[in-house]
Amino acid sequence: MIVARALIPGTLAFIAAAALAPALPAWLISLATVAFSNALVVLGLIILWRAGLVPFGQALFYAVGAYAVALIGRYTPVRDAFALIAAGALLACLVAFLVGFLLARYREIFFSMLSLAMSMILYGALVKTETLGSTDGFGVEPPTYLGYAPEGAMQHLVLFWVVLAFGAAAALLVFFYFRSIAGALAVPVRDSEIRLEFLGVSVNRLVHLNLMIAGTLAGIGGALAALAIEHVDPNMAYWTTSGGFVFVTILAGAGTIAGSFIGSFVFELLKSVAYDLLPGTWQIFLGAALLVTILFLPEGLGSLFVRLRRASPQSKGAAP
Amino acid sequence: MSAILAVHDLQKSFGSVIAAHDINVAVPALQTVGIIGANGAGKTTFVNMVTGHLRPSAGTIAFDGRDITGLPSRAISRLGIARSFQMPQIFSSLTVQENMCAATAIAHAGDGLLQQVVTPLYARRTLAESEAALELFRIAGYCRNTAATLPQGVRKLLDIAMAVAGAPRVLLLDEPTSGISIEEKFSLMDVVMAALKDRCITVLFVEHDMDIVERYADRVLAFYDGAVIADGPPRETLENTRIQELISGPKLKATTAGAGHA
Repeated sequence: MIVARALIPGTLAFIAAAALAPALPAWLISLATVAFSNALVVLGLIILWRAGLVPFGQALFYAVGAYAVALIGRYTPVRDAFALIAAGALLACLVAFLVGFLLARYREIFFSMLSLAMSMILYGALVKTETLGSTDGFGVEPPTYLGYAPEGAMQHLVLFWVVLAFGAAAALLVFFYFRSIAGALAVPVRDSEIRLEFLGVSVNRLVHLNLMIAGTLAGIGGALAALAIEHVDPNMAYWTTSGGFVFVTILAGAGTIAGSFIGSFVFELLKSVAYDLLPGTWQIFLGAALLVTILFLPEGLGSLFVRLRRASPQSKGAAP
Repeated sequence: MSAILAVHDLQKSFGSVIAAHDINVAVPALQTVGIIGANGAGKTTFVNMVTGHLRPSAGTIAFDGRDITGLPSRAISRLGIARSFQMPQIFSSLTVQENMCAATAIAHAGDGLLQQVVTPLYARRTLAESEAALELFRIAGYCRNTAATLPQGVRKLLDIAMAVAGAPRVLLLDEPTSGISIEEKFSLMDVVMAALKDRCITVLFVEHDMDIVERYADRVLAFYDGAVIADGPPRETLENTRIQELISGPKLKATTAGAGHA
């Protein structure tokens, strides 16, 4: 009952976004497509954030997902979007599994910097490798969807729906993950690893699992972003991209799942507006927005919903 | 007499410093053992070795006939040896209820990661059991309070309640009454010991207050300089003058030193 009720607003929001899409202007659709692709990365960041881990190199998995899609499109005849996204997700998951053996042993700033270093290794490799497009990157072939190849404006609309579907599925899975023992133990990891170990939990294994989930989500996000932007380049692995995800996580707040979607959307919107108004100095605008968020909404945009929910009397007694 | 916990020739050295040596102890089931000794005598080192926090340099530890020497703490706790801490290890940003539920749910889910991913934390059984545990330890009234804001006595009780969530057969309490006012010490120990009796748990507790040891222990282990120098019933052991001298030795020395200066 309580579980079902908690899911209603999110479900309605996704249905509304899907239904309204054909009536919306093209620029808004393409902005939202990129924003919601990135929201998957932010969702993964929130999972780590709850355990007190802030990765400054999540772009590693984002770029792996994106390049997987682009490279398969370039070197093989596979064009199916779902197969491409699955490949991006699997490859990112595998990379997360491998780097996880090292990363899962570190905490706090050491974790953040090591994660940054990992992503910069990939950046360096991409920049120096001619066959991977070097600094310019390369274009992404238009995908088909289970044999259906949309034309013209439909291309963007279909991709938007696909991104929405992946977003909804990821949000739902993460929602249930947070309610599971493994998912709910994130906060205890931050509070007392010793107690967890003495209760019989391997904290490193738990962090490793969270890294793999976050990495897979970032891989899917990168794959979708590659299809949306129709181009990949090494900047997708660069630290400023990772920094952008951390920015959105602060903007969104780590407390809610909805926050990652709204935060990503607001971030892309802010970026476009800022770019229009102040083409040379748009970062100032973003910086000011971050400052305002930290000062007035320290728990992010998502905390607005939590406040709304607390204000309504029926939420009393709900399981935390 | 078969021992639930049997320690044989246990030794721990850090480089050239020998923190514990020649420790031989057999604890029968359901006994309550008080561990005394001055600071640095090796009490906590002993607790840390039995619970897997420290790996012994030599010797063996057997739990219920099974060799557990050198196993990691989480494996030992899954087998049935739990511990509480001198500084309570609780999840300070969660409420008392959430803390207890987390401990209870971990005990239910077992070791499998997949099991932990698919099992919801707040299952009905978890909520009911954690509520019962909080009642047993008399801290149910705090269930909605955030752990960071609790008084020290409640933190200690929560720490012990969480350690007991996995239904251990042996529990080691590291200074359960440290940081507690003298008036509260006995009421806290009454609650703890009654709860542990209720759950049929063998208890080893480290304690500095000899009145507490005499009242609650069936047996006393006195540590000095890394070794067990006395092992017997509380009254006789505590009355032994040599033990008194060694355990409260530093105090005596301090007075003589003071007298010498005067």
